[in-house]
Amino acid sequence: MSDARTGGAGAQALIRMRAITKVYGAGQAAMHALRGIDLAIHSGEFVAVMGPSGSGKSTCMNILGCLDTPSGGSYRFQEIEVPSLTRRQRALLRRHRFGFVFQGYNLLPRTTALENVELPLMYRGTPLRERRELALGALADVGLSGWEQHRPGELSGGQQQRVAIARAIVTAPAVLLADEPTGNLDSIRSHEVMELLRGFNRRSGVTIVMVTHEADMAAYAGRVVQFADGLVASDVRQAENA
Amino acid sequence: MWWDTLALAIREIRRRVLRSFLTVLGVVIGVAAVIIMVTVGRGATARITADISSLGSNLLVVIAGQHRGPGGSSAAPRAFDLRDVAAIADQVASIRAVAPTASRQATVVYGNQNRATSVVGTTDLYLTTRAWGLGTGRNFAEAELRAGKAVCLLGETVRGTLFGRMDPLGQRIRVGKISCQVIGVLAAKGQSSMGNDQDDTLLMPLRTFHRRIAGNQDVGAVMVSAAAQSDTEKARADIQTLLRERRHIAAGNDDDFTVLDMKEIAATLTGTTRVLTMLLGAVAAVSLLVGGIGIMNIMLVSVTERTREIGTRLAIGALESEVLRQFLVEAVVLSSLGGLVGVAVALAATAAITRTMNIPFLFDPGIIALAFAFSGAIGVIFGYVPARRAARLDPIEALRHE
Ligand SMILES: Nc1ncnc2c1ncn2[C@@H]1O[C@H](COP(=O)(O)OP(=O)(O)OP(=O)(O)O)[C@@H](O)[C@H]1O
Ligand SMILES: [Mg+2]
Repeated sequence: MSDARTGGAGAQALIRMRAITKVYGAGQAAMHALRGIDLAIHSGEFVAVMGPSGSGKSTCMNILGCLDTPSGGSYRFQEIEVPSLTRRQRALLRRHRFGFVFQGYNLLPRTTALENVELPLMYRGTPLRERRELALGALADVGLSGWEQHRPGELSGGQQQRVAIARAIVTAPAVLLADEPTGNLDSIRSHEVMELLRGFNRRSGVTIVMVTHEADMAAYAGRVVQFADGLVASDVRQAENA
Repeated sequence: MWWDTLALAIREIRRRVLRSFLTVLGVVIGVAAVIIMVTVGRGATARITADISSLGSNLLVVIAGQHRGPGGSSAAPRAFDLRDVAAIADQVASIRAVAPTASRQATVVYGNQNRATSVVGTTDLYLTTRAWGLGTGRNFAEAELRAGKAVCLLGETVRGTLFGRMDPLGQRIRVGKISCQVIGVLAAKGQSSMGNDQDDTLLMPLRTFHRRIAGNQDVGAVMVSAAAQSDTEKARADIQTLLRERRHIAAGNDDDFTVLDMKEIAATLTGTTRVLTMLLGAVAAVSLLVGGIGIMNIMLVSVTERTREIGTRLAIGALESEVLRQFLVEAVVLSSLGGLVGVAVALAATAAITRTMNIPFLFDPGIIALAFAFSGAIGVIFGYVPARRAARLDPIEALRHE
């Protein structure tokens, strides 16, 4: 299934960014976080984004996930011109197409693992019974059966990260965006999480875009995009994962 | 979705019970004040209305001495006599009935029961002026009045003390030093607005009272019933002119008697309750405002505390309107809980107040529904600004918060 993305230059890309720029502030103090990103990602790809701190990785991910709007350029997602959408339309796009794994987990405190995973389903309007079933399934997928009723404070960092992944995949999104998903984990836990992500990518064909600082994490991806100073410096396919 | 929102709101409120309670204290007080105000106000009005009709129809009471206010009577007022009463009856137009009265505290005894009560000497017209009916028996007969017969009518309280379940009609009781036959029992009238028991009394013919109880011919007070309500003002003025003339009061000197218009007294009382009601209304308005601001404040704090949570929700697809709704529901649930507590407090307080003030407890479910709806509206109004602030948050900044 992962071979689908190799279908040649003619196939329509799921994500197509052209000359995307992002400027914070104005005038003298203007901060050019992105200086013209060109990037095309096809359905089913597993892309690692690397680069030094401040090179614009997170900024780019936020634009990719329709959380932020670019200052210039064109971003098409499934042939929809995202920057021209309203705030509400972008929220609906996030709800139905994207799964997010945030760097700081961002689980709701005082809320059980199960309820955290149910949350995106609730906003989709999934009925309670089905919601519960799907959430239990997702937690089982990330190896957290039996931990459903624990609150984030009662879980280890690795477990919290896995709850966050379960929450991102429970809706079966078209794209899963993960910003440094292993940033706070030790190497054993990091590899567990990466195995998990690669499994989802291979089994379900979920497109994954993941920011990481570590080369051995990037090694799980089929493609590594290097950012430098708000530009794409290199874009390499890794044959062994393709 | 609605159920999820409600459950979430309740959970958030339970998480900070004390803080929530302190926040809605203003709403509690406001709602309680509104309900107490309306319920007690209605009860008092009903009570006063009942009092007006129980005092007598269009009743004027003429008493000796100056009674401008409570306790302000001049010393040793000159009493009236029967000629004054006759003059009023003859010369004042538009009056229906006139009844002279003289009264004194005396002990009444039957068998081994006794009671100190107010013994009133008067005529058969007394009942007309006071709009008072007979429970059993009959009123004084013309002949009994003229001859000064030893007969009496018992107030319900006196009857109860002396006779219990026995039939008092025809029995002879002792009133002071004389023996007196019971010919009737007055209908129960209850307490007056001043709180005294109107049924604690005994009536006898005025002549009998003068000769055998008082030992003088004084008439302490004259009950005058105007023909119609509109006539009381004129009747009062006429009585005043007539009595000034008869008592030789020079122009420029003050009256040495007073004509009380019972309707006016009742109106004064109504006015007092109205002032009280308005005061409570002001308290209610201020409390509700303070309560609303309290809710706004706690919700703003809550939004700040939960910025990351809001960011997460927005990022994973919550719409602005859904976040807005979540916080609005929370504010409404919060203030409605305040309203609920306020209703409970008000019911307890009203029950206590009506009992001590001896007014009817007129329970009105409508006002409770209204107060409840009002507290909910407070939640919507004052919860809107914080809720909108939450909904308008930028998801990226919110996620990065703290
Ligand atoms: N809201 C903002 N306001 C102003 N400048 C910003 C804002 N967000 C990001 N920047 C700037 O844009 C640049 C790119 O930031 P970004 O977070 O994308 O970097 P990054 O590649 O994710 O770095 P890291 O690896 O440290 O996470 C940085 O110089 C940052 O200071
Ligand atoms: Mg970053």
